[in-house]
Amino acid sequence: MSHARGSFGRQLRSDLRLLFGRPRTIALLAGLAAVPLLLAIVLFVAQNSGMAGQGPGFIGRVTGNGLFLVIAALFLCLPFLLPLTVGITAGDAIAGEAQTGTLRYLLTLPSSRSRLLASKALASLAFAMAAVLLIAAVALASGGAFFGLTDMTLLSGSTVGLAEGMGRMFGVALYVALSLTGLVAVGLFFSTLTEVPVGAMAATTIVAVVSSVLDTLPQLAAIHPYLLTHHWFDFAEFLRVEVNWSVLGSGMLVQLGWVAIFLSLAWGRFTTADVTS
Amino acid sequence: MSAPAIRTEGLTKRFRSGQVAVDGIDLVVPRGAVYGFLGPNGSGKTTTIRMLLGLVRPTAGAAWLLDEPMPKEGGSVLPRVGALVEGPAFHPYLSGRANLVRLDACDATAEAGTSRTRIDTALERVGLTAAAKKPYRQYSLGMKQRLGLAAALLRPRELLVLDEPTNGLDPQGTREVRHLIRELSAEGTTVMVSSHLLSEIEQVCSHIGIMGRGKLLAQAEREALESDDDVRVAVTTTPDHVAEAAQVLEALGLLDVRVDGVELHARLGETPPESVSAALVRAGVDLVGLDVRRRSLEQLFVELTGEGFDVAR
Repeated sequence: MSHARGSFGRQLRSDLRLLFGRPRTIALLAGLAAVPLLLAIVLFVAQNSGMAGQGPGFIGRVTGNGLFLVIAALFLCLPFLLPLTVGITAGDAIAGEAQTGTLRYLLTLPSSRSRLLASKALASLAFAMAAVLLIAAVALASGGAFFGLTDMTLLSGSTVGLAEGMGRMFGVALYVALSLTGLVAVGLFFSTLTEVPVGAMAATTIVAVVSSVLDTLPQLAAIHPYLLTHHWFDFAEFLRVEVNWSVLGSGMLVQLGWVAIFLSLAWGRFTTADVTS
Repeated sequence: MSAPAIRTEGLTKRFRSGQVAVDGIDLVVPRGAVYGFLGPNGSGKTTTIRMLLGLVRPTAGAAWLLDEPMPKEGGSVLPRVGALVEGPAFHPYLSGRANLVRLDACDATAEAGTSRTRIDTALERVGLTAAAKKPYRQYSLGMKQRLGLAAALLRPRELLVLDEPTNGLDPQGTREVRHLIRELSAEGTTVMVSSHLLSEIEQVCSHIGIMGRGKLLAQAEREALESDDDVRVAVTTTPDHVAEAAQVLEALGLLDVRVDGVELHARLGETPPESVSAALVRAGVDLVGLDVRRRSLEQLFVELTGEGFDVAR
């Protein structure tokens, strides 16, 4: 097929424009971007009060070095806000088109079902990436503005330069973003099951929450390593002098497994389903 | 003669609920035809159209579009087919034009370079150029319907499948749609147009298919369905003369003579109506009333579907 004709890139760009041009998406991103900013303000105001230095270790370190705001903001968003927003966009991917009725017109254009699913998957993934990178970027900017950026003291107490510190924060953001790929695939699968986007959104968010809950039950220790959320907070590896890549690697491997399973399910469902919406 | 634009054999859809929406229909839509696909709401028209377009998988039977099997060859056939299925559907917060841009971008076979001119032409053709930049959610029902037609006309089509294109339109809009169908047909496009309102489309149709309760009840050229040999005569006489009148009608060569009390019904066939009264009078039959009824499509429709235009189920 020649490239002048409707290439896959053209469809993907259209899906991205549709997603990121949508008022709801912009509102979600604005809400996520507000988290590091609010956190910076709160820490700035409270830094000379009795509350200073309380909370998890790296939150206390933010006032000393704005770089830590990246890790603090992602730490706050990862348990619920990120799964919620990823659930909203991935759950809406197919079900939203079904609800507005546009799905039947896309399929009769024709856009093949596999191609449509692939384009929607990449657009949903792009949202997850954009959300995490936006949080990290706003955190870096507001951390720098409120507290300044300096050399980074790692968990062991040794110090690395600002450039390496920023590199490590980028690594944290990238790891968090990639950790959401499994959830994107889960959302996409739910999205092929229904014409009611809210149902798919809720189901996706619930999967993340249930996974976190199961992860806290010691009786289920045997399955913990395979849970969707089990490795999410392993980004702390980037705060060690020697980053243990095998820890991060196994986190990515689990995500890959979830992606493989749920993308296959989504594909199997979507390519055979009757479209009656 | 070239292969039909649409053909189905025993096309059947049974939904998981057990409901048989379409029950073994054999459609034939010849190339160049304007095929009126009629039936009450719920008679299976839309499910049939969804199967033709590959949106719904048939439970049994097969369908061909432009001589290619569906849904197998959808990728190569559908670019030549424009469709409006169960009303227009677009993203409400995008403008009419942005919605068409979106659709064209997702068409795996559309040329990106000609997108803009094709979109402008389609908008112009349905008279939406002035409202193209307005968000879709502000469109009236008529404008939404037009945008749906514009989407179907984004590319030159060999076949248009229009499901209820006049739904929600005012009489003026309905006339415009009919005009558009005539125009497209004159250009050589085959058109299948469905409606539950016979009167809205019958004038433009060359062929008619009537659906009822999932079955194709009749399918023919329009002239054949409303042809003269379906003119009926109703003779009212006195009780004493019923038998005699029946003999006269049969002797005249009338078909399907049926006695119903003092009324006799028959199909005229080739017999001129005026000869009926003369023959009855000559035979000494008391003629209380004589009524010649040309069966209109409307009557045929009501006879076949039973429920008239009400919801079938």
